[in-house]
Amino acid sequence: MNTSRMIRSRTTALATLAITALALTACSAGSLGSSEEGGSDAVTLNFLVDNADQTLKTAEQLGKDFTAKNPGITIKVETRPAGSEGDNIIKTRLSTGDMTDVFLYNTGSLFQAIAPKKNLVPVGDQPFAGALADNFKSTVTADGQVYGAPYGGFMGGAILYNKPLYAKLGLQVPKTWAEFMANNAKIKAAGVAPVIQTYGETWTSQLFVLGDFHNVSAAEPDFADKYTQNQAKYGTSPAARKGFEHLQQVHDLGYENKDFASAKMPDGLKLLAQGKGAHYPILSAVVSELVATYPAAAKDVGLFAIPGDDAAKNGLTVWSPGGVYIPTSTTGAKLDAAKKFLAFVASKEGCDSQAKAGAVTGPFAVKDCKLPTEVPQVVKDMQPYIDTEGASSLALEFLSPVKGPSLEQITVEVGSGIRKAAAGASLYDEDVKKQAQQLGLAGW
Amino acid sequence: MATTSIHTPAKTRTTVAGPDRGRLRSPYSTWFYLPAAIVYGVLFAIPTFASFYFSLTRWSIFESKFIGFGNFVTFFQEPALVKGFTNTLIYAVVTSGTKVVLGLLLAVLLTSQIVARGYLRSVVFFPVLVSTIGVGLTFTVLMNPERGLINSALSVIGIDGPGWLTDPKYALLSVAAVDVWKGVGLATLIYIAGIVSIPGEYLEAAKVDGASAWQSFRRIILPLARPATVTVIILSLIGGLRSFDLIWAMTRGGPGFTSDVIASVIYKQYQAGFYGLSTAGNVVLFVVVTAIVLPLSRFLNRKEVEL
Repeated sequence: MNTSRMIRSRTTALATLAITALALTACSAGSLGSSEEGGSDAVTLNFLVDNADQTLKTAEQLGKDFTAKNPGITIKVETRPAGSEGDNIIKTRLSTGDMTDVFLYNTGSLFQAIAPKKNLVPVGDQPFAGALADNFKSTVTADGQVYGAPYGGFMGGAILYNKPLYAKLGLQVPKTWAEFMANNAKIKAAGVAPVIQTYGETWTSQLFVLGDFHNVSAAEPDFADKYTQNQAKYGTSPAARKGFEHLQQVHDLGYENKDFASAKMPDGLKLLAQGKGAHYPILSAVVSELVATYPAAAKDVGLFAIPGDDAAKNGLTVWSPGGVYIPTSTTGAKLDAAKKFLAFVASKEGCDSQAKAGAVTGPFAVKDCKLPTEVPQVVKDMQPYIDTEGASSLALEFLSPVKGPSLEQITVEVGSGIRKAAAGASLYDEDVKKQAQQLGLAGW
Repeated sequence: MATTSIHTPAKTRTTVAGPDRGRLRSPYSTWFYLPAAIVYGVLFAIPTFASFYFSLTRWSIFESKFIGFGNFVTFFQEPALVKGFTNTLIYAVVTSGTKVVLGLLLAVLLTSQIVARGYLRSVVFFPVLVSTIGVGLTFTVLMNPERGLINSALSVIGIDGPGWLTDPKYALLSVAAVDVWKGVGLATLIYIAGIVSIPGEYLEAAKVDGASAWQSFRRIILPLARPATVTVIILSLIGGLRSFDLIWAMTRGGPGFTSDVIASVIYKQYQAGFYGLSTAGNVVLFVVVTAIVLPLSRFLNRKEVEL
């Protein structure tokens, strides 16, 4: 009696489970169906972006404003990890035809690595392509075709510094590396960490090398071309090797913050905003997070280009914004909607929408777009470099498709005193070789 | 044991020798094997051979180009590779050795007459059940040089703890220590099974003969737990050689390349989009692991038979 009841109750439980499972499947199938149907002009675009806070906020704001203007098209934002893990996801999804309807990805060398001709829909024939800034356009062009709309503004790879601290110690913004190091000595004497490094997030270690590129090209104007053709190298070019040497110097003189090996970017921003660290070599894109967390930093934190040898030739290394692309797997009504979305992103309304979502990181890459009047000091400090002829240049990764994947590990080693600058530079040349061979470039 | 199992089928085969010997030997029709064969072929055989082919190409996931042994040449020139190999060996030997020693000691303790023995046995085993990534992330927080619990605790007793994961001298060993913490439960379990299966008569006889505790451990438990030792060594050595998840969760091979192992070198190449190169690396890893483990297992098992 007892056992039979138990058996029966177990059967009931099993049946319930099976029914629930069935119901669940039915449910998901139904909801999938409804999004496909729902009238002829109702389209949902999936939009893949990286998972940085600010990117996500911007994407959602763009989606909202776009839908307000184009009822019937909804933007659904999906996220992916940043960095090389994200590169991997992008490549895998593209190659399996499983990419979202539109997606955000880097411009320049990383864009070249996803085989645009094969995987992306060209948008050069769209009206908005004419309004793109030339500097940006060149970074989303492959085989003469334009593929992307700019997401966010230009960024500077530069040194963010604490202005009140500079005022207190009576320091001047340095134009040469020697002046910079002299400032550092005074700052250290005052008991503040002169240079903030955050190797808990390895990508942040690369700025002394990558952000030095304006100075490299000022000294060797044809470096980028020769570099692509395997004729110039970091290990052998004195100007290019400087970046690695600077990094080593900063470590050797003990100018880094004490917890540089484990600190992460938010830790670095905190040190900078609170004046416990003076200089933070980083991409100006972090300013949105900086200002969101420490509102006072909008005024207190400024920017100057990474100093080189020659004060007259010093200038800013500029990163092109990311691009929004349409994969070839997007077709039909979705393709039309996707093109509309790109046009919106690259329009004045798109810029305004992005500005609404958070602090602007630099000048927009669309010709009609103006910066809002209230921008953080960091962005204000970028403007003179960009307005002055010859005071800014695009970073190497936008001028050459060759970028080695291990630079961040190498710069961590150099900046931690594990490897010497010269050895690091040569190691990076080896790393770059693999990338060039993979791309099938001539001369490697 | 091994020799008899080889002889028996040979004998049956000679006795039933005849025209349809094969049919007789297998009670199943060919169709019966087909589903398993298809699964095996599609999921195992084809990918394995495909990977041998792709290791000879420059493969960008979108297209591949045959380049002969170029990938292997590049792979062996990889500066991080020597470091990766040494680190892999250090990691495998350190974790495997520590697990043997600690596992045996813990097993001896947990087979003795102590209070709450069953509970203590399960406590030792709990870390094995926890997700590796979870363990890795937790210990990364604990081992943070400035804010981590470990260094805070050490500073209370006046020791200035090192940067466990950020100092190149300690990074790999710190990860190995966590690996041991997580894996020693399994080694202990195997040893407990081994020790429990030793007949009590031996220990009783030894006691009658006046053997000390150390003598009965050295002369009875240690040799008779040998099968357990072999299993623990093989399992943890293979685990150590192909270890990846814990290292990736804790240091990502860093700082720089200082705690890179072969598997993380290969993974980074895969991430960078060098698919052909990383496939070549996997072929190399396969060969290396086989080359180390096959002779070792032969050697250890032969000893076992001789005993």
